[in-house]
Amino acid sequence: MGTLLQVDGLTVALPTRSGYHKAVDDLSFAVEAGEAMGIAGESGSGKTMTALALFGLLPPGARVTGSIRLDGTELLGLTSKQLRAIRGRQIAMVSQDPSTSLHPILPIGTQLTEHMRHHLGVTKAEAMTRAAELLRTVRIPDPEQALRSYAGQFSGGMRQRIAIAVALAAEPRLLVADEPTTALDVTVQAGILRLLDRLCRERGMAVIVITHDLGVMSATARRLYVMYAGRLAEAGPTSELLARPRHPYTRGLLDALPHPEAGGAPLVPIGGSPPSLGRVPDGCPFHPRCRYAQPSCATDRPEPRPVADTHLLACPPDPLRAAP
Amino acid sequence: MTVSARAPADPPAAVDAVVRRRRLRPVTPVPWRRPLALTGLGVIGAWVVIAIFAPLIAPYNPLAQKFAILAGPSAANWFGTDELGRDVFSRVLYGARITLPLAVILIVAAMIIGAVLGGIAGFFGGWVDNVIMRLADLVFAFPGIILALAIAAALGAQLRNAVIAVVFVSWPSYARLVRSLVLSARSAQYVVASRLLGSSGLRVLFVDIRPNAAGPVLVLAALDIGNAVLLLSGLSFLGLGAQPPTAEWGAMVAEGAQNFNDWWVGLFPGLAILTVVLAFNFIGDSLRDMLDPRTARAVRL
Amino acid sequence: MSGPVLQLAGVAVDYGRRGQRVRALDGVDLAVARGEIVGLVGESGCGKSTLARAAVGLEPLAAGTVTFEGRDVTPLGRRRRPPYLRGLQMVFQDPYESLNPRRTVGELVADGVVLGGGSRKEGQRRAAELLERVGLPTTAADSYPHEFSGGQRQRVAIARTLAAGPSCLIADEPISALDASAQAQIANLLSELVDDADLGLVLVSHDLSVVRQVADRVAVMYLGRIVEIGDTETVWGSPRHPYTEALVAAIPRADGAGVLPVDLPGDVPDPANPPAGCRFHPRCPIAQDSCRELDQRLVPVAGREIACHIRSGSAAPAGPDDPPSG
Repeated sequence: MGTLLQVDGLTVALPTRSGYHKAVDDLSFAVEAGEAMGIAGESGSGKTMTALALFGLLPPGARVTGSIRLDGTELLGLTSKQLRAIRGRQIAMVSQDPSTSLHPILPIGTQLTEHMRHHLGVTKAEAMTRAAELLRTVRIPDPEQALRSYAGQFSGGMRQRIAIAVALAAEPRLLVADEPTTALDVTVQAGILRLLDRLCRERGMAVIVITHDLGVMSATARRLYVMYAGRLAEAGPTSELLARPRHPYTRGLLDALPHPEAGGAPLVPIGGSPPSLGRVPDGCPFHPRCRYAQPSCATDRPEPRPVADTHLLACPPDPLRAAP
Repeated sequence: MTVSARAPADPPAAVDAVVRRRRLRPVTPVPWRRPLALTGLGVIGAWVVIAIFAPLIAPYNPLAQKFAILAGPSAANWFGTDELGRDVFSRVLYGARITLPLAVILIVAAMIIGAVLGGIAGFFGGWVDNVIMRLADLVFAFPGIILALAIAAALGAQLRNAVIAVVFVSWPSYARLVRSLVLSARSAQYVVASRLLGSSGLRVLFVDIRPNAAGPVLVLAALDIGNAVLLLSGLSFLGLGAQPPTAEWGAMVAEGAQNFNDWWVGLFPGLAILTVVLAFNFIGDSLRDMLDPRTARAVRL
Repeated sequence: MSGPVLQLAGVAVDYGRRGQRVRALDGVDLAVARGEIVGLVGESGCGKSTLARAAVGLEPLAAGTVTFEGRDVTPLGRRRRPPYLRGLQMVFQDPYESLNPRRTVGELVADGVVLGGGSRKEGQRRAAELLERVGLPTTAADSYPHEFSGGQRQRVAIARTLAAGPSCLIADEPISALDASAQAQIANLLSELVDDADLGLVLVSHDLSVVRQVADRVAVMYLGRIVEIGDTETVWGSPRHPYTEALVAAIPRADGAGVLPVDLPGDVPDPANPPAGCRFHPRCPIAQDSCRELDQRLVPVAGREIACHIRSGSAAPAGPDDPPSG
């Protein structure tokens, strides 16, 4: 199992009325083949822009620098034609809203086979058989009938499963799931998470799960990257980060979660709100909301540094070092 | 109620940011940012001045038939003379005193009648809505100029009747617009919230819905004034509006059509109509852009 | 005040769908006392939003009654809402839709006072007080809603309902449209207000964890019915209804243990065609043949009430003269 995706120093700047501002700022990470990895963050953290950058689908006018290497091939700077060959075949995406991710007018069968025939060059009949098989894999009842049906005839959870099937159609090696279950009920979400886990294991497919929900992260991702205001705050094994977080932001996120043992005590949110594009504070972007902020935090930009085996931390004061 | 120490206030920095954001947004008078609106306002402004001061600006009496008949533009008569030897320039200037005020009165009347009827229809629904809307449909069924023609003719060829005719033809557009605005606002959550607090239907209409409806109605009105000017001039052109010897642009254009070779008779009044209609269109377009919630601040109306 | 401030008895609500009458709520009983937070949870199609709207008088009832402080809650029609219902208010889900974009925050909050017969001046004064109470600066009164974030707007909406001096609030998904920090802040604010003003609060939410933290009692809904209701910790800690168990087991925990949440197979049935007998039986892990015939209503078991004849040990469905629940 080698490194499938290597991202180094990814920076995405978006044009706004007041000039270019960085939505993603010097982000680096790697995904091994067959690994399930997670990018966590709230709104404005840059997580969606990161996903779009992987696919070359950033909004027009965006400036990207850095390196994205998929199996050794550099993705930044490829032509549209080259990117189209990669999208779907090597990497595929499932996004948040099941009501807009599927075409409302084309039958499901067409949506599934379209990708297959383009990338795998199979005949129509062969593609239909594979499509039915895919629907079976994602546990859609009566696949033959489903192929002839339309997106509007399915519930949100079913549509998301179909969207996953569409993403899998050309057998990609990496699946990027951007808030795949946020719009779904909790039992439906459980089904989707189990599905993703199974697919990851059975197909040796790598998965990047992008979400703000740490519960979902805990269930699906082996390694976790926490982003804040476009920058990496903390990275490491999920079990490590969620049980013993070292970055005050990660700690804050966990403390803000409703806690089974808390009884009727009030929730403890992080005061204030995440900075919007172009209003990122100097120094450490989290310092205005940080309980442990020191004078240096307002001026010095923290770089991610290893604090344990594979645990990276972008917080020089490291106030949670000795926390239980 | 005492202020709770536990009140989860936003940290001072965030609150300041809200207040700061408000002050920093430049309070530039919006026209300065839009050349189209500026042009429109400028042209209308000029015409208003002309209309008010026509007796002082016009070189000659518009009704005085003292010049050579159908003489081309010259130093004495900038716009030439018409078939009765009157100075076209003075007549064009005086024409503004008829067209502008009448067009405005006309539109305001149509707007008020249409808005009230449309508001009632949208708010009460049921048979009231049906009756009003079918009436509007009836009017819509006819091409505007034809219906206005018929009404003006039936009432008698007079400028006042022409105005009535055009009002009658114009009110349905406002009614339809206001009705749809009221309908969509009626089910808006903020209206429901108001009603839960005990607001009566009428209050909802005036306090909650009106501010949201006023914008689009004004835009329609601004764009419609151009139409009104055209309709009015059209009726006069056909002899059903302003009667001779009144200097009215439409009637002057009619004269010009009869004296085609003497191009100045019809061209200048025609240009006057053109500039006024264009100017109002510019203003209307800019108003519409201004009120687009994505580009504008909330405008209190 | 003795007795519940809000009482729903046998409430049923229908809606029309392509000429068909579909029952969105089927015989719901619920009672809310002052100073109490009742959480209403359930997944899509369970009818919790419909229940919230019916409770505040926004839905006509097909059956049953809703009483507020002992008086009938008449659904909102053409006429003004009667003054005795002023104490029953609603906080809506979408803070972007529930505030009139063309009116200032101050005016909006003062509405609650002015509509109750107060003067403009009183309204302004109270608005300033309430804005501060919900954690906004008094200068906010001159600003328009679009100048605020979602969380702040929701505070404005809450302040507006407070201006009417309510004794019972119905909050329909008040935090789902907000980001994480704002969610916790608003949930805390509501909780505080309930304590300070002795309000009754019905909190509808699909976020089970927040409800667990904040609510005193919780009612779990499925396909138009309440299937389990009781003290929050009792219901959460030891759920008895199979659906509640499934819900609790489906919540992923952020503990880093990498445990996958438990799946509940199948889909929510079409409310126009509910399953015969127990509505949950097609998806229920402990379903028996008898479940296809028995339509169990709520019965008390182990300190809460559930609608499951297997778990409650009763073979007969609850009749009309059984003790009221809630």
